[in-house]
Amino acid sequence: MIEIDRVTKVFGSAADAFRALDTVSVTIRQNEFFTLLGPSGCGKTTLLRVIAGFVDPTEGSVTLEGQDLLRLAPYERPVNTVFQSYALFPHMTVAQNIGFGLEMQGKPGEEVRRTVGEMLDLVRMSELADRRTSEISGGQQQRVALARALAPRPRVLLLDEPLSALDFKLRKDMQLELKRLQSETGITFVFVTHDQEEALTMSDRIAVMNAGAIRQIGSPRDIYDHPAERFVADFIGDTNFLEAELLTVEGERAEVRLASGREIAARAAEGGAGQGPVTVAVRPEHADLAPEGEGLLPGRLGDVVYFGTDTHFHVDLDAGGRFVVRRQNQPDQAEARGRGDRVSVRFGPGVGQVLRD
Amino acid sequence: MARGKGFDVTRQPGFTTVALLCFVMLYLPIVLLVVFSFNDSTSVAEWGGFSLRWYQSALENERVQEATIRSVIIATAASILATGAAVGAALATTRTRPWRGQTVVFAIVNQPLMVPEIVTAVALLIFFAMIKVATGYTGLWYLIIAHTAFCIPFAFLPIRARLQGMDLTLEQAAADLYATPWQAFRRVTLPQLWPGILAGAMLAFVISLDDVVITEFVKSAGQDTLPTYMLGQLRRVVTPEINAISTALLAVSVLLVMAFFFLSRSRK
Repeated sequence: MIEIDRVTKVFGSAADAFRALDTVSVTIRQNEFFTLLGPSGCGKTTLLRVIAGFVDPTEGSVTLEGQDLLRLAPYERPVNTVFQSYALFPHMTVAQNIGFGLEMQGKPGEEVRRTVGEMLDLVRMSELADRRTSEISGGQQQRVALARALAPRPRVLLLDEPLSALDFKLRKDMQLELKRLQSETGITFVFVTHDQEEALTMSDRIAVMNAGAIRQIGSPRDIYDHPAERFVADFIGDTNFLEAELLTVEGERAEVRLASGREIAARAAEGGAGQGPVTVAVRPEHADLAPEGEGLLPGRLGDVVYFGTDTHFHVDLDAGGRFVVRRQNQPDQAEARGRGDRVSVRFGPGVGQVLRD
Repeated sequence: MARGKGFDVTRQPGFTTVALLCFVMLYLPIVLLVVFSFNDSTSVAEWGGFSLRWYQSALENERVQEATIRSVIIATAASILATGAAVGAALATTRTRPWRGQTVVFAIVNQPLMVPEIVTAVALLIFFAMIKVATGYTGLWYLIIAHTAFCIPFAFLPIRARLQGMDLTLEQAAADLYATPWQAFRRVTLPQLWPGILAGAMLAFVISLDDVVITEFVKSAGQDTLPTYMLGQLRRVVTPEINAISTALLAVSVLLVMAFFFLSRSRK
C-alpha cells in the first residue's frame, strides 16, 4: 500500500514558481493496477517521479507499507520504473539489461541467470537474449524494459506512458499483455497515461488529474458513468452538458429541473452544492430519441452522422444548446428521421450526473 | 534559417578559384616539406634524388632521440593528468544541479584558450622561477604541469560534449535498478563516456606534443622537446633532417587526429 499524503511540489522560486503538485493525497492499494490519467502538464509524471525518488516533494509524505520512502535514495526504494523512452542501456545485451537490477542487488550469478531466463520467458523474448538493444524493434524494446523493471521483483512497478511510442495495433496487444503481467506477478502497478481509453481498459482504479491536483478517483466505470466534475466529464469520453436547477439532494439521489421545465431524478457527486443552478452531464449513448412531446428535451434534428458502429444525432434543443445522442447501428436499418425533424431527447432517471462545478 | 534558398556561396563567381587557392596555400608547403624530406641533397631547396638518408640521420642523432623521448613522456603524462581533470570538470558542469559559479568554472577551465599563449608562458616562467629558487627542483615536472594546464580545455570539450549528448534517463534507470551513484557511473556512464575520454586524451596528447612557446619559456637547460629542438636547429644549419623529423611528427599528429574524429563520430 502506497500512501501519498498532502504532497506538494513547487518548481522554481518566487515569481516564476510553478506548482506541479498541489496537496495531492491518494492511497494506492496492494496488487492494484492504478492509473494516473490527465492531460500533459497535469502533474501525473511528477507524482510518479516522486514515488520513484527522482523528484523531492516540497511538502508532504510518501510511505510504502508504513516505510517512509522520502528518506530513501532512488536506489534504495523497492520500486522500479518503466521509462517512457525505455532507457535501455545501449552498451549491454537484452539479457544484461534484464539482469542489471539483480546484479546491483548483489544476487548470486546463478540466481541472476535463472531470473533473467524466467523474465525472458515471461515477456516472450528468449530468442533475443544476446542481441544488443539497438538491434531489436520498438515493441521488443518495450518488453525488455518491462522485464528489466520486473526482474528484481519490486513491490511497486511504475510505468511512465510506456505505450505511447508504439503503433496502434502493438499498443492494443501490449495493453492486454500488461494486464496479464500484473495479474501473474501480483505486483502493484502505477501507470501514467494521457490516453483515456488505455486507462479505462487496463485499470482497477483511475485517478484523474488536472493542474497538479487529483480531481476524481474511482473504478473506470465510476469515472466514466459518474464524473464528479466538468473537467473529468469532458476529459473522458464525450458528454452533453445541460443547464439545470437542483431541487433536492439526498446523498447521491438528486432531483433536478431541466431547462425544458421537466423534472427528473439524477445522481449527485459528493460535495456538490445543496440547491440552485447546476450542470448535469449525460453521455451520448445513455440518451435516446423520442417522438416530439414524449421525451424530456424537445428540439429539432440537425446533423445525422453515420460512424459505422453507431450513428450520432445532433439535436438543437429548443431551450438552447446542442445535444448529441449516440445510437448503435443494426444491419440494414435505414434511419427514418432526417435533418429538420421535430424530436425530443430522453434519458432515464438516475442517468444524468449532477457535477460539482 | 532566414537565408532561404537564394544565396548559395558555392555558386558565386570566383568561388572555385578562391577555394583552390586556399587549398594550395594550406597544403603545398606541407607537400613540399614531405617531398624534400626524401631529398638526397644537403640543400632544403634543391632536389638531389630520392633517399632516406635524413631519416636515418635523424634516427641516429642522440639529441633527436632524447628530445623525442622527452616529448613523449611529457605528452603522455600531461594528457593523462589533463584528461582526469577534464572528466571531473565535465561531470561537475553537466551532472549536478545548476549551481552558482558554474559559468565561472567553465571560463576558468577554458582559460588557456583565451589568454595569449605568450602571456601564459611568461607568467609560468616567472612563477616556476620562484619555485625553483625556493625548492631547488629543476626536473621535468614544471613542463608536465604547464602542459597539463593548457591541455585541459582540449580534453574537456569533447568529454563534456559526450556527456551532454548522453541520455540522462539512463543514469536514472541505473539508480532505479539499485545502482549506487558510483555503480551507476562505473557501469552505465563510464562505458558510454569512453570514446569521449579517448578522444579528449588524444587531442591533449597532440596539443602537448606540438607546443613550442610555453615549453621554450618553461624548460630548463637541456630539456629540449622535439619542437624546441627543431626551433634551435633552425637557428643554425638547416638540413633536410628537419624535414624528416617534421614529416614524422606530421604523420603522428595526422594519425591521432584521425583517430580522434572517428572516436567522436562513433555516437552509439
